[in-house]
Amino acid sequence: MLEKLFQKISLGSASFVLVLLIGIFVTLFLAAKPAIDEFGLHFLVDPRWNTEVPVENSDMTKEPQAVSSSMMQDGVTTDDVVEDEEDDLLADDEDLLGDDEDLEGEKATKTVYGGLVPIVGTILSTLIAMLFAVPIAMGIAVFLAEIAPKNISTPVGIAIELLAAIPSIIFGMWGLFYFAPIISDIFGGYQVSLLTAGLVLGIMILPFMAAITRDSMNTTPDILKESAYALGATKFEVIKDVIFPYSKVGIIGSIILSLGRALGETMAVAFLIGAVYQLPEKITDPTISIPVAMAVNFGEASGLGESALFYLGLILFVFSFGVISLAKFYFLKRNKG
Amino acid sequence: MKVENFSFTYAGALKPSLRGINLPIMQNKITALIGPSGCGKSTLLRSMNRIHDLYPGNKYEGKIELLNLETGEFENILEIKKENDFIRLRQNVGMIFQKPTPFPMSIFDNVAYGLKIMGIKNKSELADRVENALKGAALWKEVHDRLNKSAMGLSGGQQQRLCIARAVAVKPEVLLFDEPTSALDPISTGAIEELIVELKKDVSIAIVTHNMQQASRISDYTAFMYLGDLVEYDETETIFLNPKIKQTEDYITGRFG
Amino acid sequence: MRLVVNKIVLGLSVFAALLGLVFLGWILVTLFLKGMTAMNLSLFTHDLVDNGLRNLIVGQFVLAGLASLIGIPLGMVAGIYLREYGYGSRFAELIRDLSDIMMSAPSIVIGAFVYAVAVIPFGGPSGFAGAFALAIMMIPIVINTTDSMLSLVPKELREAGIALGASKYKVIFDIVIRAAKVGIMTGILLSFARIIGETAPLLFTSETSNYFTLDLTESFPSMTVSIYNLANEPEESARDLAWAASLILTVLVLVINLTGRYVTRNKHK
Repeated sequence: MLEKLFQKISLGSASFVLVLLIGIFVTLFLAAKPAIDEFGLHFLVDPRWNTEVPVENSDMTKEPQAVSSSMMQDGVTTDDVVEDEEDDLLADDEDLLGDDEDLEGEKATKTVYGGLVPIVGTILSTLIAMLFAVPIAMGIAVFLAEIAPKNISTPVGIAIELLAAIPSIIFGMWGLFYFAPIISDIFGGYQVSLLTAGLVLGIMILPFMAAITRDSMNTTPDILKESAYALGATKFEVIKDVIFPYSKVGIIGSIILSLGRALGETMAVAFLIGAVYQLPEKITDPTISIPVAMAVNFGEASGLGESALFYLGLILFVFSFGVISLAKFYFLKRNKG
Repeated sequence: MKVENFSFTYAGALKPSLRGINLPIMQNKITALIGPSGCGKSTLLRSMNRIHDLYPGNKYEGKIELLNLETGEFENILEIKKENDFIRLRQNVGMIFQKPTPFPMSIFDNVAYGLKIMGIKNKSELADRVENALKGAALWKEVHDRLNKSAMGLSGGQQQRLCIARAVAVKPEVLLFDEPTSALDPISTGAIEELIVELKKDVSIAIVTHNMQQASRISDYTAFMYLGDLVEYDETETIFLNPKIKQTEDYITGRFG
Repeated sequence: MRLVVNKIVLGLSVFAALLGLVFLGWILVTLFLKGMTAMNLSLFTHDLVDNGLRNLIVGQFVLAGLASLIGIPLGMVAGIYLREYGYGSRFAELIRDLSDIMMSAPSIVIGAFVYAVAVIPFGGPSGFAGAFALAIMMIPIVINTTDSMLSLVPKELREAGIALGASKYKVIFDIVIRAAKVGIMTGILLSFARIIGETAPLLFTSETSNYFTLDLTESFPSMTVSIYNLANEPEESARDLAWAASLILTVLVLVINLTGRYVTRNKHK
């Protein structure tokens, strides 16, 4: 019967989501495995990226070489045990990120990858974005929910939503050529920097945060607000003492959800953060974030370097997933029917 | 239709919403179900076309028997399990809801919907039956010239009459009305009450209403329910003028409700 | 005193809203000015190899279109399952939550995933891989919107259909979806607007191409990826091209967005 068939098809489609999610996680994990095996958790705090380090004699038994194309087939990696003092022998399989491997000397070396710099860059840029965006988004939400009359709040609301619709690469273009110079004029330092990237990131998540906050604020029952006004409270006091406490959970949820989105933002940050594998000393220094590291290096990487990028991707995926889930389950329990 | 010792428990509920109901629905007569909110009258009505089965987990006990006009025998509708039998049941026992529920299609397509499901494809037959149904619902004069306009453009009272036409078009044995006029204005209410009385020539009717005056106006038999029990069932005149049970009398005279 | 505080705070809030508008306006004006100076008809008749944008515009549409072909039916049917068949079940709740989470998932990770499963095994970038990545991004959005719009249809409408003897899938298609038609269409339009502006999922899946091609088995022209490449080139002319492309992309996205909202507002009964 057509009915049963459709039921099965729709169940299958819904299950696809689960399959996809598991597939993404498994794929990332398998692709990252060579790097995980090689670097372990030390990866998270190692600031070196694509750095040659000498290998001591005692542990110079294996030179792990992951051959990219076989990485996806059940995580099979070809480990070539190479004992060499001539680096030329490594040349054919070790594809370091754009480098040529002309290492002088006869010391055996291996390439080390550590994710500390991108991880720190991701966290710091997101933090800057949040510090910038939260007050402004709250202000916009208050404006739209409580202050503006209908004929202003509608067009302004639409304008804010259009800001959200602008593709991130456009933010990158505008940010690089117009916003960055102004920031470096005001704060000194480099134009492409952690600060610039963080601020533009903030502008990008503004509309999203404002929209969800506004929706949360609007769930406050009118009678509650009216009771406060009836007692002589000013608008600000009603917002501060009635609306915000009532919708507190939803507002925090919107902030955390926006944080989750900011973590994964790639293109705008790619234009603006500098893509330099160095921990910033000042906020106006360039650095790098995980999405940018992946965006910039994926095309050229292979072997352990590529695996390290997948490792970064896995970290980002798991972390975003965690943050977004936190926002959803603890703060944004929306009941849909 | 005959309801015999029927009990019903909602999914996840600890106690049954209906307990041991025994009630006949007399052929070609109007039976009203009255009682205060929560007494179970809608629950009972909705069991008669098993629309509860849209929501999994409910439990039935007892029997609800429907007279099969072809074989002259009663069949227990609670035993229906197959899709086709459910469809047949609902083509025999129609339902009109509290809120008018016009489908988002033209007036003609609305009324023809049940017919198309029955497999009627012949255009002229469809047109005839739609016309008859609309006439039977006292709506034909108002809409005959705009049959292919959207049904959403009709007024509330017209929409409800459309729903009645739609239900009547498939020529059911029984029609179930679940508070059909509670969302309508008094004039539309009056028109629909007239219509329901007309309809009993061809169908047997059960109507749930929280409006006692409506029950006394149009029904032949009345059942008074309270908290899941059938308290009293009798001819309408008796119930309203000479109730045998004190609880019934208290409700009728407005001492609670 | 309280009134003063009140006025200050409200003023700040208005200021915040103005700030938001300022940023929007700044970006749009910049786009317009820089984009228009580089704009001329030859952009639409020549491909990137000849300093035009034609292949990129067509390519972006093809990628988004192919993604929609996969993503929309899959997303809609899954959304129908969540709301109509699996309603209340733990499985449906789980899928709904997972889908919501994936809506906010980093797009570069999706790109990495597709790179691993569709690029590496096949030896190189392809339009198919890019479209696949876009489809993955689209599906959760369509699920969410279908689910939400269907939830707005009153349950009595479904019951009325069943009461006439219609089977469930008939009720869904003839009645429920028709009732939610406008909202669902808007959601689909908005999801299309969202993916047509994406760059990260395409960066190493379909990459881009300077030539006009409809061959999806090779690297495929993409306007967004090319904007990124052009902006990084030293020549002024490349950057001008990037601005022109940016303007076209933004106009496209905003027009689709506004169309979607306009349609919803109009059909509002």
